[in-house]
Amino acid sequence: MNTIYTIDLMNTVYTIDLTLKPTTFDLWHVCLAGTAALLLLILIALLIGRAMCKKKPAIQQAVQIPEPVVKVVEKIVEVEKIVHAPAPEPVVLKEATPDAALQLLGLLQKEARFIDFIKEDITAYSDADIGVAARVVHEGCNKAINEHFSLAPVRSEQEGSKITLPDGFDASAVRLTGNIVGAAPFTGTLVHKGWQVTNIRLPKLTQGHNAAIIAAAEVEL
Amino acid sequence: MSEQFIHEQPEAAKSNAVQGASNEQKRFSVGIDLGTTHCVLSYADLSKIDDEEFTQQVMAIPQLTSPGAVEDKAQLPSFLYQAHPAELAEGSTSLPWTAKPEYLVGEIARNLGSKTPIRLVASAKSWLCHAGVDCKSPILPAEAPDEVERVSPFQATTAYLQHLRDAWQNQHPDAPLERQDVVITVPASFDPAARELTVEAARAVGLGQAILLEEPQAALYSWIEKSHGDWRKHVEVGDIILVIDVGGGTTDLSLIAVTEKDGNLELTRVAVGDHILLGGDNMDLALAYTVKAKLEKEGKRLEPWQIQALTHSCRDAKEKIFNNSEIDNIPLVVPNRGSSLIGGALRTELTREEVNRVLVEGFLPKVAASDKPVSRPRTGLRTAGLPYAQDAGITRHLAAFLAKQQSATDELKDINLPEHATFLHPTAVLFNGGVLKANALAERLMDVLNSWLKSEQAPEARLLAGADLDLAVARGAAYYGFVRKGKGVRIKGGTAASYYVGIESAMPAVPGMAPEIQALCIAPFGMEEGTQQELPDDEFGLVIGEPVRFRFFASNIRREDKVGTRLDYWTDQELDELDEIEITLSEEGRKPGEVVPVHLCAAVTEVGTLELQAVSQKDNARWKIEFDVRAGDEQ
Repeated sequence: MNTIYTIDLMNTVYTIDLTLKPTTFDLWHVCLAGTAALLLLILIALLIGRAMCKKKPAIQQAVQIPEPVVKVVEKIVEVEKIVHAPAPEPVVLKEATPDAALQLLGLLQKEARFIDFIKEDITAYSDADIGVAARVVHEGCNKAINEHFSLAPVRSEQEGSKITLPDGFDASAVRLTGNIVGAAPFTGTLVHKGWQVTNIRLPKLTQGHNAAIIAAAEVEL
Repeated sequence: MSEQFIHEQPEAAKSNAVQGASNEQKRFSVGIDLGTTHCVLSYADLSKIDDEEFTQQVMAIPQLTSPGAVEDKAQLPSFLYQAHPAELAEGSTSLPWTAKPEYLVGEIARNLGSKTPIRLVASAKSWLCHAGVDCKSPILPAEAPDEVERVSPFQATTAYLQHLRDAWQNQHPDAPLERQDVVITVPASFDPAARELTVEAARAVGLGQAILLEEPQAALYSWIEKSHGDWRKHVEVGDIILVIDVGGGTTDLSLIAVTEKDGNLELTRVAVGDHILLGGDNMDLALAYTVKAKLEKEGKRLEPWQIQALTHSCRDAKEKIFNNSEIDNIPLVVPNRGSSLIGGALRTELTREEVNRVLVEGFLPKVAASDKPVSRPRTGLRTAGLPYAQDAGITRHLAAFLAKQQSATDELKDINLPEHATFLHPTAVLFNGGVLKANALAERLMDVLNSWLKSEQAPEARLLAGADLDLAVARGAAYYGFVRKGKGVRIKGGTAASYYVGIESAMPAVPGMAPEIQALCIAPFGMEEGTQQELPDDEFGLVIGEPVRFRFFASNIRREDKVGTRLDYWTDQELDELDEIEITLSEEGRKPGEVVPVHLCAAVTEVGTLELQAVSQKDNARWKIEFDVRAGDEQ
């Protein structure tokens, strides 16, 4: 917020400089103009500096979505939109980007009316009515997910079968439960085959797009 | 001969020179399928191709899918949306290469247009081949209120090509598209004016080097490419391959004969069908209306948006029924438009019986080989819409085509049709177009065709397997760019029709009767690219500075007519009247009003378009004859 305010101020100074022509031109005006120019320079330098700082955390984002390709930076304001506090050095936790999450909600709402469904109070309806709606949601979610994600099971074995995990298995891909004792190799029953996303094809967002609007209000004329 | 011809054409000569200069820089062979409902671009890196292995890929086309979102898709829907200035937020329409595209095309256009059809331009390609319309005047969307800014079919086509070009440039900054081999596909049934407009649209986005290829031929090239040299084992001398291309909006038919020359198999495209505006979209609509009728019987009234939604769900449901023989009905749900999803939804179902009745029986009825499409006489006042096919029976159109083309192979000694044949007997069939992915439809089409063949004791036609029905045209086009370098078998074709101008015969005028006209052949059937034919004997006296118009005809069955042949009489079957052509002799170095004797000259350019010229007898000066003179013909 702060930054946007200063930019407004900057614009104001700039406008005054342009429109109001002094009738007399004295030393004061010269000083004033000089100060204004100096302030402007400092501001620009500051803004560029911040923009550079901001890029660092962006690279370490959790989900490796393709970065927005549209790089048409017309106004400096755009760069300042998502201001994170300048990251103090050791970054311990990755921060999930809200944009990708909002995007997914938007896609699910668009294809499957997901938010409509979740936000509705279903207690008043019969199972048959809910079933009809569930078809819309299921079909749409299926389409949205298949279109934007490639999914594959983590383990290809039949669920319920015995599998053996060697020493050094990927603990983030396979979770052990139950009677965890002893040392690898571990042998156990595959309860759930797991899911992993092998490819993401999320839409890229244009600079001016407000991802928080996951479904625009619709007005028919 | 062609070279001399090109020298007379400053523009053609220029593009030829450019082509020559940049020959060695051409790294890619690019095929563009400029479809009625979708565009696809496929390309091959020629520098990485050995003589044997040809590999290519379909370009992912970044496009807006909704305001603010850009997605990569293999297909660019051929739609254009004229948004209201207040409709879209500032900055929500930028693309990777531009902050504000001139036109909204692709998925976003189709999506926005589904809710606001008055601003949607669709099927621009079909308008290009629509006689009696000036394709360069802003007429689309045809049913928009006056305040909606209209575009011409030509502009829309240019916009799709522009998008493809920009997308390419964005992904291949070091290999500009204007310096690659570009092949653009057109329906085989496109008339000379529509082909010319396509080339002009390509030129407008800097692709002056692009050449044309007929879509059914492209499909066959793709099949040849996919067989990796094995195609010779699947066809034999004497085969007649019938290419059936049922796309979203059009049905296109072609016949390709397999002959032998010096021990090598040769392919010759011997016939093409008429331009039939009938395709997959008609099928989805037919299903939606069937379901609508069912709902109305239950006393439910449907609003336009519900029919729209129903059409969408019918398309998905139909595919499920076709692809899974165990499913006999699919529930269809059209939810409320408001945020309340549960309750108020319209629920019905689509059954296998309905799909079979409407699609299989409705579009592919079992008819006799002698059947013809039913056509109601057109009313005198033609509305501004497209001339959609009046008979939805694709099999009837096919029967008429095969009967009409019975003598298409008479001149090929390798092809022998039995004496008693009443239609041309194809021996192999190649499918193209997404519609024919449905087994039920493909099988029915083969059944009907084979029943005709059986009734004339001919062997059954076999289906050429392995075609990629959605992307074959673009892939075949990219492969054609490679073939043109002498790297594979080339389909011979030439013009798919012979062309005639109408000449008033010297007869005493009868009041109230239009003067009798004769049709004078100026271009014979099967003229190859890069050749020309002159008609020196028939002189016309043309007045400098005054436009002169000729009636213009084409025939896709009169193969024997030579340049200069005059027809006094012909049936509607034989000759189709196209739009008039116009000659204006410019005044350069001549006195206005002077009468110059000229003869006519027809040439097929390397690009694949027909070019007509008037040549002065005295000093060999040449003037181009324009096809696209639909302007001013309105009212």
